[in-house]
Amino acid sequence: MTAPADGAAIRTNGLTRTFGRFTAVDHITFDVRPGEVFGFLGANGAGKTTAIRMLTGLLTPSSGEAWVAGHDVYRESEAIKRDIGYMSQRFSLYDDLTVRENIQLYGGIYDLSGDQIRDRTERILSRLGLSHTAHDAVGALPLGWKQKLAFSVALLHEPRIVFLDEPTSGVDPITRRQFWEMIYEAAHAGTTVLVTTHYMDEAEYCDRISIMVSGRIAAIGSPSELKRDSEASSIDEVFVRLVRPELAGRGGSAA
Amino acid sequence: MSAVSALRGFARRTLALARAEVLHVIRDRASLVQIIVLPLVQLLVLSNVATFAVKRSPVYFVDFDRSATSRGIVSRFAASELFDIVGQTASPAAANEALLRGDATIVVTIPRDFERDLTRDKAAPIGLDVNAEKGSAAGIVQAYAAQILTDYSAELGREITPTRRNVVDATSDVPPLAGAGHIEVRLRSWYNQTLDYKHYMVPGILVALVTMIGTLLTAQNIAREKEMGTLEQLNVTPIGKAEFITAKLLPFWVLGMIDLGLGLVAARLVFGIPIRGSLVLLMGSAGLYLIVALAIGLWISTLVETQQQAMFLSFFVIMIYLLMSGLLTPIDSMPHWVQVASLVNPVRHFVSISRAILVKGAGLTEIAVPLTTLGIFAVGFLTLAIRQYRKRVA
Amino acid sequence: MSALYGLLRKETYHILRDRRTLGVLIFMPIVQVMLFGFSISTDVRDVRMVIVDPTPDATTLAIRDRFAAGGIFRVIGVSQTEQPLDRLFRTDTAQVALIFEPAFGRHLAAGDAAQLLVITDATEPNTGSSRQLYVNAVIQQYESDMGKRSGAVRITPQVRSRFNPTRESTNLFVPGLMAMVLTIIAALMTALSLTREKETGTMEALLVSPLRPWQIIVGKVAPYLGIGFVSVLAVLGVAKIVFHVPMQGSLALLLAEGTLFILVALSLGILVSARTSSQRVAMLAAMMGTMLPTQMLSGFIFPIESMPRPLQWVSIIVPARWFVLIARGIMLKGIGLTYLWRETLVLAAMTLVLLVASARSFKVRLQ
Repeated sequence: MTAPADGAAIRTNGLTRTFGRFTAVDHITFDVRPGEVFGFLGANGAGKTTAIRMLTGLLTPSSGEAWVAGHDVYRESEAIKRDIGYMSQRFSLYDDLTVRENIQLYGGIYDLSGDQIRDRTERILSRLGLSHTAHDAVGALPLGWKQKLAFSVALLHEPRIVFLDEPTSGVDPITRRQFWEMIYEAAHAGTTVLVTTHYMDEAEYCDRISIMVSGRIAAIGSPSELKRDSEASSIDEVFVRLVRPELAGRGGSAA
Repeated sequence: MSAVSALRGFARRTLALARAEVLHVIRDRASLVQIIVLPLVQLLVLSNVATFAVKRSPVYFVDFDRSATSRGIVSRFAASELFDIVGQTASPAAANEALLRGDATIVVTIPRDFERDLTRDKAAPIGLDVNAEKGSAAGIVQAYAAQILTDYSAELGREITPTRRNVVDATSDVPPLAGAGHIEVRLRSWYNQTLDYKHYMVPGILVALVTMIGTLLTAQNIAREKEMGTLEQLNVTPIGKAEFITAKLLPFWVLGMIDLGLGLVAARLVFGIPIRGSLVLLMGSAGLYLIVALAIGLWISTLVETQQQAMFLSFFVIMIYLLMSGLLTPIDSMPHWVQVASLVNPVRHFVSISRAILVKGAGLTEIAVPLTTLGIFAVGFLTLAIRQYRKRVA
Repeated sequence: MSALYGLLRKETYHILRDRRTLGVLIFMPIVQVMLFGFSISTDVRDVRMVIVDPTPDATTLAIRDRFAAGGIFRVIGVSQTEQPLDRLFRTDTAQVALIFEPAFGRHLAAGDAAQLLVITDATEPNTGSSRQLYVNAVIQQYESDMGKRSGAVRITPQVRSRFNPTRESTNLFVPGLMAMVLTIIAALMTALSLTREKETGTMEALLVSPLRPWQIIVGKVAPYLGIGFVSVLAVLGVAKIVFHVPMQGSLALLLAEGTLFILVALSLGILVSARTSSQRVAMLAAMMGTMLPTQMLSGFIFPIESMPRPLQWVSIIVPARWFVLIARGIMLKGIGLTYLWRETLVLAAMTLVLLVASARSFKVRLQ
């Protein structure tokens, strides 16, 4: 299978990663279409983070194929990095640098010119209402603002795809809503968004979702498709059926 | 992409990251202490403490003879600046006590009939008990004591036999003398007239401090990024390996040079260390050396996962380097295999360069050999470290 | 008590799993002993000598042969002028220069004083002095051989080297190295371990558990006591086997004093951790407060008597200084508590003070 000619933003085929005898990601195959908001779900330890690290060029796969933004993950991992944005759960902005300094840093790294950086900084700050905090350390911002800012910075260089790893953890519901509005804006503008989350209600906001169980993709499709196939009323139920069939009360069957 | 725009891109990305690095360091109080306060304190204390000089050694006399000759010996020791008579006793047990307690470094025992034996047989023994607990000092103390005795015996010789006779001895290698000449030995100490240990130690201490900053801080810094996950965020960007490494090492290189500069100023003003050679040459060599030290720090950071491991491993490596560098004790005194091993030790070369420039006033030609070696190390270690560093885990 | 046991087990696993740190902790002392033993030496041998002899004759040649044959000096070159000396000394090619005055032999034969200029590289003062003394000795031997036939006088020193007959430098450093190793393990590692729990927030979990504060501390700290012990034994073992370091006194007493010292270091580590909240700061504080003073002011490398007075006073509060005295006394002099009771008392007092201080700090922070 060669590079996707149909312009899939992300394509994998039997992507696998093992650590010694432990298989973290077990032959996953899926596509993400351009401009899609794709939810990457799964329990902790199901392999989501490992899969993302392979797709973002941080980890070499053990076997299988994958293309991100048309680039082969094995041979063109550095090219991938120019076309993607990334916001990780552990960290994305430096707490001891100011808002402006963080933006300048990433702007410089992504080869934006001085003017571009200035323009986009103004745009981000006014959009988020943070113009008065431009010279404050990021560490002083409340978590919700930090996350929103981090997302904006991930989009600073206008990448084709952005990977979000649990972006709304620990954030209040209102801020979560605002965050998802930002995600929709980006998707409407043509950016593909791959987001992992363990908030099942957020899964409903995605165009399509996949559910990983023990390294494999147990289900993939739009939220309504999955609910219909599992005869469930919420993604939460779908999830439970897949991950812990014994709890669901019925024989767990995956779509 | 043209070479110029590639270069400009390199510069822009590197500078963006380097700028952030500098800001991090300035705003982290712990870093500042490590970079400025700690080395300063170490420099000030160590320079005052690092000496193997033997000052007034306490000497105990046990004089069984109590003759004019034996009193002559005592007075010679009393007159010497190197010795300090702390007691005279007729009891060897008391002197032994003094040794055990550490009150005396050397006990001189003059046996009975000392003067008589000396006058009659022209030879007599004298007992020297040296407290070797202190190691190298013991050797020097003994040598000084022996010197005093030799000088004294020469004096006595001239008194007892005022005339010299000529003897032709066919079996000896000493050619026949027409008269009674004697050899007048003039001693001259080069580079360190006052025999001040600071002249020897302070250049070495400066090297050690610069090495700490270069290697330890770099390793710690990168390991911390690994631990906190910020490294991953950088690895996901298009920033290249060379750019990342330059941006990381450059601030610490500058800091190391600044520290060295400040250290030199302190050494000159506070300790009066001479700067006989070219400062430009010294700083140039330092710049080269720092690259090696930084590369080693970078290499260490690729081997560890946490800050703590970085710290321990760095200490370990630095300690090995420092001990075998001729910093504390001269390389010439080490066993041959250690001397050979030290040739691959970059610290050794920089220590000898700094001493040569500061204390001996050496110029470029005279340090050419160690300098070239450092250059080779710089290229070698840097290449190794860059190879070792990976943005992607295999 | 089973809760305490559980904590102990967890701590031990944690330590064992961090193989890199463990490796360094075990190998570093051994490597240090080897390095100190082999590389710290002040032997004078193979001294590179350059001879300047403007008018060689039988006398100067004879004297030159004495030096070449002696075994201490190695003649690397002979020159007629002093011109090459600067370069030779600056590149460290020559360490001693012997300069005969012109017509040396003739002056001597005529019964006059003949001058011999001896230049030594005194960058390292003791080595410089030693080399001078050796040169002197050779000359004096020559003169005395010349004058043996005219009745000179000889005082022969009979030297006994007490407490360290072989003058091995290792014998002196081993006590200090033990102190260093114990300080790192007991003070630094403990401080790091306790602050790490604070940083990750698990300390609070521990406090909420049925474990009492003292049990928490003991549980976290005891494994390091064990490692410290093992390290000391390793150092002593290597020292004994490879370098034949003596143990004149009682091993039991040494281990007991070592345990006392470990307690001092542990209390320091606990005190540091009670006062800091981040690992980085704990690391720095432990280094500045324990390791550096031990290295510099304990007397294990640099003699305390040679330090400026103010620093000598500072060294009084450095626990390692007392331990080094005790260890040297036991190992090299074979003395016991009768001579060492004062030093032991000092260590015991330090432990008490530090434990009380850290107990109070700990309680205050937690409550």
